[in-house]
Amino acid sequence: MAGKSEPLNGVKSGSNQSSPAAMQASALQADLSNIFSLKSFKLKTKQQELLIRVSILMLVYVLAFITRLFSVLRYESMIHEFDPYFNYRTTVFLTEKGFYEFWNWFDSESWYPLGRIIGGTLYPGLMVTAALIYWVLRFLRFAVHIREVCVLTAPFFASNTTLVAYFFGKEIWDSGAGLVAAALIAICPGYISRSVAGSYDNEGVAIFALLLTFYLFVKAVNTGSLAWSLASAFGYFYMVSAWGGYVFIINLIPLYVLVLLITGRYSMRLYVAYNCMYILGMLLAMQIRFVGFQHVQSGEHMAAMGVFFLIQVFYFLDWVRHSLADAKLFQAFLRITVTTAVSVGVIALGVGTASGYISPWTGRFYSLLDPTYAKDHIPIIASVSEHQPTAWSSFMFDYHVLLFFFPAGLYFCFKRLSDATIFIVMYGLTSMYFAGVMVRLILVATPAVCLISAIAVSATVKNLAQLVRAKSKAVHSGSSKGTSTVKGSSKGLVDHSQPFQRNGAIVLLLGAFYLLSRYATHCTWVTSEAYSSPSIVLAARGAHGNRVIFDDYREAYFWLRQNTPPDAKVMSWWDYGYQITAMGNRTVIVDNNTWNNTHIATVGRAMSSYEDEAYEIMRSLDVDYVLVVFGGVTGYSSDDINKFLWMVRIGGGVFPVIKEPDYLVNGEYRVDKGAAPKMLNCLM
Amino acid sequence: MAKTMTRGTRFVLFLLAVATFSAPVLSDLILAKVERRIDLTSQIVRITTTLKVENTGSDPVSEVLLTFPDNQANHLAYLTVTVNGGKGKGKASSGGNLPVGVVHPEGMPPSLTTYSVSLPKGLGKGDSLLLDVLAVFTHSLRPIPEKITQSDIQLVLFQESAHYLSPYDVKVQSLSVKLPDARIESYTKLENTKLHGSEIKYGPYENLSPFSYLPIVIHFESNHPFAVAKELIREVEISHWGNVQVTEHYSLVHAGAQSKGEFSRLDYQARPYVRGASAFRRLVARLPPRAHSVYYRDEIGNISTSSLWGDSKKMELEIEPRYPMFGGWKTTFTIGYGLPLEDFLFAVDGKRVLNITFGTPMKELVIDNLFVKVVLPEGSSGISASVPFPVKQRQETKISHLDVVGRPVVVLEKSNVVPEHNVHFQVYYKFSCLSMLRKPLMLIAGFFFLFVTCVVYMHVDLSISKSSPTYLAKLQWEEVQTNIQQLCNIINRCLTTNDKLEASLRDLSRTGDVQACKTTRKSVDNLLKELSKELKPLLTFLQSAPQAAHIAPKVEELIAKERELQERLMAKHSTVVDCYEKKLGGREIENRISSHQQKITALRQEVDDLLEFIDEI
Repeated sequence: MAGKSEPLNGVKSGSNQSSPAAMQASALQADLSNIFSLKSFKLKTKQQELLIRVSILMLVYVLAFITRLFSVLRYESMIHEFDPYFNYRTTVFLTEKGFYEFWNWFDSESWYPLGRIIGGTLYPGLMVTAALIYWVLRFLRFAVHIREVCVLTAPFFASNTTLVAYFFGKEIWDSGAGLVAAALIAICPGYISRSVAGSYDNEGVAIFALLLTFYLFVKAVNTGSLAWSLASAFGYFYMVSAWGGYVFIINLIPLYVLVLLITGRYSMRLYVAYNCMYILGMLLAMQIRFVGFQHVQSGEHMAAMGVFFLIQVFYFLDWVRHSLADAKLFQAFLRITVTTAVSVGVIALGVGTASGYISPWTGRFYSLLDPTYAKDHIPIIASVSEHQPTAWSSFMFDYHVLLFFFPAGLYFCFKRLSDATIFIVMYGLTSMYFAGVMVRLILVATPAVCLISAIAVSATVKNLAQLVRAKSKAVHSGSSKGTSTVKGSSKGLVDHSQPFQRNGAIVLLLGAFYLLSRYATHCTWVTSEAYSSPSIVLAARGAHGNRVIFDDYREAYFWLRQNTPPDAKVMSWWDYGYQITAMGNRTVIVDNNTWNNTHIATVGRAMSSYEDEAYEIMRSLDVDYVLVVFGGVTGYSSDDINKFLWMVRIGGGVFPVIKEPDYLVNGEYRVDKGAAPKMLNCLM
Repeated sequence: MAKTMTRGTRFVLFLLAVATFSAPVLSDLILAKVERRIDLTSQIVRITTTLKVENTGSDPVSEVLLTFPDNQANHLAYLTVTVNGGKGKGKASSGGNLPVGVVHPEGMPPSLTTYSVSLPKGLGKGDSLLLDVLAVFTHSLRPIPEKITQSDIQLVLFQESAHYLSPYDVKVQSLSVKLPDARIESYTKLENTKLHGSEIKYGPYENLSPFSYLPIVIHFESNHPFAVAKELIREVEISHWGNVQVTEHYSLVHAGAQSKGEFSRLDYQARPYVRGASAFRRLVARLPPRAHSVYYRDEIGNISTSSLWGDSKKMELEIEPRYPMFGGWKTTFTIGYGLPLEDFLFAVDGKRVLNITFGTPMKELVIDNLFVKVVLPEGSSGISASVPFPVKQRQETKISHLDVVGRPVVVLEKSNVVPEHNVHFQVYYKFSCLSMLRKPLMLIAGFFFLFVTCVVYMHVDLSISKSSPTYLAKLQWEEVQTNIQQLCNIINRCLTTNDKLEASLRDLSRTGDVQACKTTRKSVDNLLKELSKELKPLLTFLQSAPQAAHIAPKVEELIAKERELQERLMAKHSTVVDCYEKKLGGREIENRISSHQQKITALRQEVDDLLEFIDEI
């Protein structure tokens, strides 16, 4: 990054330094050629800047892509982790059978014996995107495999995100901040963790869509143009089709509008932008079957609707105020209207909720607002490691110096308040809160953190560079006229205060560049060491420094695929469900789409019952094979023994027969000889 | 097991009956001496028979019949007959393989398959000839018991006749069976049976009538890999850019005794050769030398357990399937490697010839169905393949990278393939070198059109409404911008002219040539006048345009400053020239122009700043 913002300033100052020199030279040399060189030089400064900007953007674009290829280099071109396997499987289905089959797909291979209506219970954005890329490449006669497309989708969209970040930064601050934002987000570990090659998950596409929607909305608010607003509605549609995190958008934007209304920044531009975006976005979002009518029926979406009505009331009042000359009359009218509007709204909400038309908030939503909620009420959410509250270390790990630039950027934003900066401030603050609640939401906060930090970096560097440049210019203009002895007295005045200022500026600049280069090093290190593991293949260093690869998961899945009857049912803990269906191609009882808590609890109960009871449960589920993971030999820590307490808790949550204390000895979890008798004799 | 045994016995009885009742029909020939060696050390049964054929009849005989029972013939994978010319055993047979074909002569008992060997020249009366017959059988070792547990060893059963089954009289015959170095569970003991280590000898038996059959059964331990490829698809893709890419898709099964009961990884890990004796965990492929970019993977990704080593003569790839292969277990995988083109592709009278091996590089692998697909480059024609043994041939097309019509593919299909089939075969085709350039040109054209579209898009006005205010505003703004651009150009030219003036002054101080200085002054004056004339319409436009309202004052200021700068310069110039004409001293001149000089420097700075400011709009 450091190297990226440098040339921009370097060339700017360079052009200034060299223009007097060029004039001197022109005086000495032949006239005509100099006229041309000078003319073309002068003409080019703007083009040069454009050229540099475009080439920096392109470099950032490429950088964002290749830094995510560490996982392919260190391991192989494969799909990572758990959910991506489901996405991969559905994408393969989509490319093979076509869109309509996909839309109507009833999958009997998972959630046996219930099955799952895939078409109606997923966000199809990612799969359709990958399939489109695949079809386009096929059409252009590039015989690629769908797996390669899926593996590289996330890096590709990460690259696109850098472009959006550039334009967003340009919109809220200036093009310098945009460039810095693009460079920062290209390598920010918080984002890389979800978008390395092979991490074929919704988030990879969704962050692009999220940022795009926000950018287009801010653009629409800034310009008041219907076209931008429409574009942002489509961005929102894409986001809805890609990820459940769209709820963040549909709550943040109304909140932003509300803040603008309260702070008296209401304008026609805002009215146009919000109305168009909300109405069209809502209608478009209803086309996604998984979302359906939630926009008008679910409690989580009511804020947007409320603000929509509020802004109509506002507009109406505005119009009335224009028509009514008498201020007193208007005050009375205002009071009546506001009271009526609020009471109508409250009554509508109350009736809707009471009659069950408007569904209450879901557990996930509660757990976002209140970090302790999930622990007490929904163990299945709490059991996922990425739903844990975030530790400080992971903030540091994922943001590094951005954590320090973030408050500085907030300061700059507050100093130059505009509609756009208010938005980015709100986005930053809310997403930071959510990032603190759940580890995985660091991802959502990352673009905001990068943008705000970019503002800080860009503004600081610009100010400092101006100081440095002003001085050097003065020196130059002085020295260029060697014959003249007298200088402007005004310049002498400035000179007295400048040495200290200039040195200070240089030191600060160097410090900023040092921090940024540390950031770049840190990001590369984190990407290559921490975030590139597919987590399905494990690599370790052997005693002699050689690389040892543990590929036991795939060994097991491939054995299932090859050597079991095609209709065999495999019972395992839900973590492995997607992988078994995708790699083992066998029917599973439960999988990572934890939509049916009871079913998971049944499996948990089977796992934690005595063997004869467990046998009965498994017979009732037609189970042919049981897959358990034991990491004791190789020292793999996240095996089923480690997860066992969660099985007990989730099982116990539905079937009170299972009690957690039965498996503990004096409140401790032991797995050795001293373990609780029930623990020793259960199926696990 | 019991079932198969009964079937075998019944068959033997039937054969004996046939042998007793059928009259010898083709008995002009007799086999003076038959030596049979059966190699049972691997899953592939190789029977090498040396026949000494004698013609006792009067007519010359040009063909010899070989018979196999149907149950053996079904498993026959490979049969060659060579004439053993020399006395020395090791000496290669002269004249190569003799043509062999299936015949159905009259009077042959059913359930026998007969092959006829055409001799290179007729066998006259009393002549004799030594023939070497190599017959290779697959799937003829039957695992007994059929199901074993992880720790059991694998026992297999082999059935043969102790007598050589032949339509001719056999004078003397002997049989030796070579077994792997392991336990022998049981074997049929006849007269003259000897066991030496791992070799069993039957015979010699003398004066056997035609079709005599004496069953023997050998039951022994065999832990050699029973790797059978149910299907193998070898794809050989030729790129004339210097690579032959071979991709082999294996669908492998362990065809030995089925595994039953549970499999304990821990036991296997601890003592793999005791607790998994019947399993095989690795296969070795012998790749051609200079093979490169070798990979080994399956549907779900790369398989990390493989190693490759090699030297200039060969490359050996050792691969381990994902899990140890126990009886009945299946796996699929793909290996691929690139080969240098020049080692395999040759040009023969205007045609190109691909010369590459037919079978698999794996050692001791039986292939039930082998498909060899040779993918030729797009635009090949006149395709023909020549394979030394009968195969099914067909053609198809494959669409790969950047193909328009697809690449022609020659598909060769053969079942029951053993390592003996691993010989070279040839594919002939025509291909012009110009076609090689087609794809790069296509790519270049594609990018060219992409950029052309971009250029066109940038230059074509795509707005829908030509009368909308925003569109007009945009147009006006563009006009303003071009005007400003021109204006800046003119100012720059003025500035350079000014520099010329300065330069002339410097020349003056050096040479003292007042006249030259004056001419420069004159030309500069004219130039500046012209420039100011050009400037006028631009300025009026900018002042009138509503969109340039915020720039116009700046522009006016710039022009004013510039004019002032000019005037100052002129004044300075005339002063200096005056001084020179009056022959005043350098000090004096300096004093006189110093005020001008200061002002000029300041003005120049301001003009530069203003220019930069306007430029950034």
